[in-house]
Amino acid sequence: MNPLLLSHFTATSSIGQGLAPTLDALRQRHAGLLPCAFETVDLTTFIGEVTGVDQVVLPEQLSHFNCRNNRLALLGLNQDGFADALRDAIAKYGPQRVGLFLGTSTAGILQTELAYRERDPSTGALPADFNYRTTHNTFSVGAFTREYFGLTGPAVVVSSACSSSAKVFASARRMIAAGLIDAAVVGGVDSLCLTTLYGFNSLGLTSEQACRPFDIQRNGISIGEAAAFALLERPPEKLDVDAILLLGIGESSDAYHMSSPHPEGLGACMAMQDALKMAGLQADDIDYINLHGTATQSNDTAEGRAVNHLFGNTAPCSSTKGQTGHTLGAAVGLEAVICALALKHHFMPAGLNTEQLDPNLGIDYLLGNRDQSISHVLSNSFGFGGTNCSLIFGRAG
Amino acid sequence: MTQLTAYIEGIGLLGPGLTDWPSSRLIFNGQQPYKSQKTILPPPALLASAERRRSGAVVKLTLATGLEAITAAGLDAATLPSVFSASGGDGDNCHAICEMLASDDRQISPTRFHNSVHNAAAGYWSIATGAMTPSSVLSAYDASFGAGLLEAMTQVVIDNTRTILLACDTSYPEPLHNCRPISDAFGISLVLAPQQNNLALAKITLSLTDSNSYQLVDQMDDSELELLRTTVPSARGLPLLQSIAKQQHKQVILDYLDSTCIAVDVTPC
Repeated sequence: MNPLLLSHFTATSSIGQGLAPTLDALRQRHAGLLPCAFETVDLTTFIGEVTGVDQVVLPEQLSHFNCRNNRLALLGLNQDGFADALRDAIAKYGPQRVGLFLGTSTAGILQTELAYRERDPSTGALPADFNYRTTHNTFSVGAFTREYFGLTGPAVVVSSACSSSAKVFASARRMIAAGLIDAAVVGGVDSLCLTTLYGFNSLGLTSEQACRPFDIQRNGISIGEAAAFALLERPPEKLDVDAILLLGIGESSDAYHMSSPHPEGLGACMAMQDALKMAGLQADDIDYINLHGTATQSNDTAEGRAVNHLFGNTAPCSSTKGQTGHTLGAAVGLEAVICALALKHHFMPAGLNTEQLDPNLGIDYLLGNRDQSISHVLSNSFGFGGTNCSLIFGRAG
Repeated sequence: MTQLTAYIEGIGLLGPGLTDWPSSRLIFNGQQPYKSQKTILPPPALLASAERRRSGAVVKLTLATGLEAITAAGLDAATLPSVFSASGGDGDNCHAICEMLASDDRQISPTRFHNSVHNAAAGYWSIATGAMTPSSVLSAYDASFGAGLLEAMTQVVIDNTRTILLACDTSYPEPLHNCRPISDAFGISLVLAPQQNNLALAKITLSLTDSNSYQLVDQMDDSELELLRTTVPSARGLPLLQSIAKQQHKQVILDYLDSTCIAVDVTPC
């Protein structure tokens, strides 16, 4: 593929709001996971909650979009001057030539969960101020962001569970290559809600402690929330050496099971291979892998096998979900930004909470931070429904 | 202006009063009258019995339209990447989860939870057909058909591959139905190809228009079908099928986002 420049990017998660606190948290090995005290949830689990989401106020004319997911989106958009950079891009290319591609798994469904507690006792109707389109609907975060910036070009929300905010890069790449747009906002926004907390709990997939990716004792995920965005453009002729480029994307499906990965990681392997192929790179060229690493038994086993199959046991890798929790539809948006920080600062973040590595998985899992020159990184995401996507990012020089 | 071209090799269609493409074609070109009646969803024959029991309306709908389009095109579904586009997920399932979460017993079932993801249909499709190919799963509220068509067309043109678009919507039960009144289950599937072969039904060339074209959006000849077009997001694609059924060489304007429409030049093959 023709590389695309991540001209601006930002992330907001439980470890930090914006790039500087995020990098600082990674360097200090600080986790954002705490025992769950979200809303009325009565589960014994850890979550990565973003502080201050409920204090965010949407602009008056967009107040009908008010829900946790859109508040989190706005909080994220306003970090690191991202909103201003996007306005500059809109001024440069025109509002119809900037596409919008956001990932989410549950959008603003929390709003519906709350509305169901306030149904009219006689008619069963939802409260009059409940607005399905601007909160619950999967596209609501796309519609909100689009109206907030006055974008008029193509816009879509990708909702393929945990691969959502990886797949947005694929859709944006195709649309830029097709010439329909000149730039794209990509990213992911997913916020805490009861559906995912109780849902993953029902599957026995939430850990009672902070998640421990690739630990021999790992026993489930910690759910988090995040908003992460990047602005993708065709690179100019002259680039700073530490400019971050999207170099390759690999996509596949497991064709195996709705909520369990292919045991040998076959689909995961295909996605990583295709990303390498598109980037024109060999396995040896990858300096660091940000793993999907959710910390469930089956996910880490499948991913470990796939990574071992392609990269052996010498490629440094880690999952940063021990810091941030699994932010589901925003996961790769967030982890792409972590990869960009790693490339910019020649720094590989360790996995947290992991005490004894699963010896059966045969990968070089980082238990301590490593400062080392890196040129290419791979980011993995493998979601429910067997949806897989791997991204490769690199430095310009 | 950027234009994207593809060839439609297979069509699948299911909705109220519309049972498949061959019979619907006769309705769209005026040879048969349209009579609206509740959508009949066939059981998903390709799924193993355990998965068949777990699958909701959205899965049955996509499998039916997808397989019709694939069969018409004489292809193996396992070879095609796919684009799933729907305004929302499974409505009945969503209602059941929200109802439980508002009750004293919040222990929702694992099956309900994994069926709640927007990519449930894509997951079941992949399991049913054995397709390990990439799958894009999209929503753009009322613009979902247009968003799906754009994604599929960019796959065809940029990745130089055949692909299948599966656009479909199902309705919510009350009380959500009142907030999002999608009348019935409806789906369109299109197999799109980068090159013409002898099975091609039509050549389509797509471009984006500006907001001034909104009043030019093509409508259905039949008033009931026009009502269907405006009340179900995936039915926004019906004018394209009407044009193909009539063997017309014309430009069809499809409803997309409020600031832009999709213009499709349709040439019968």
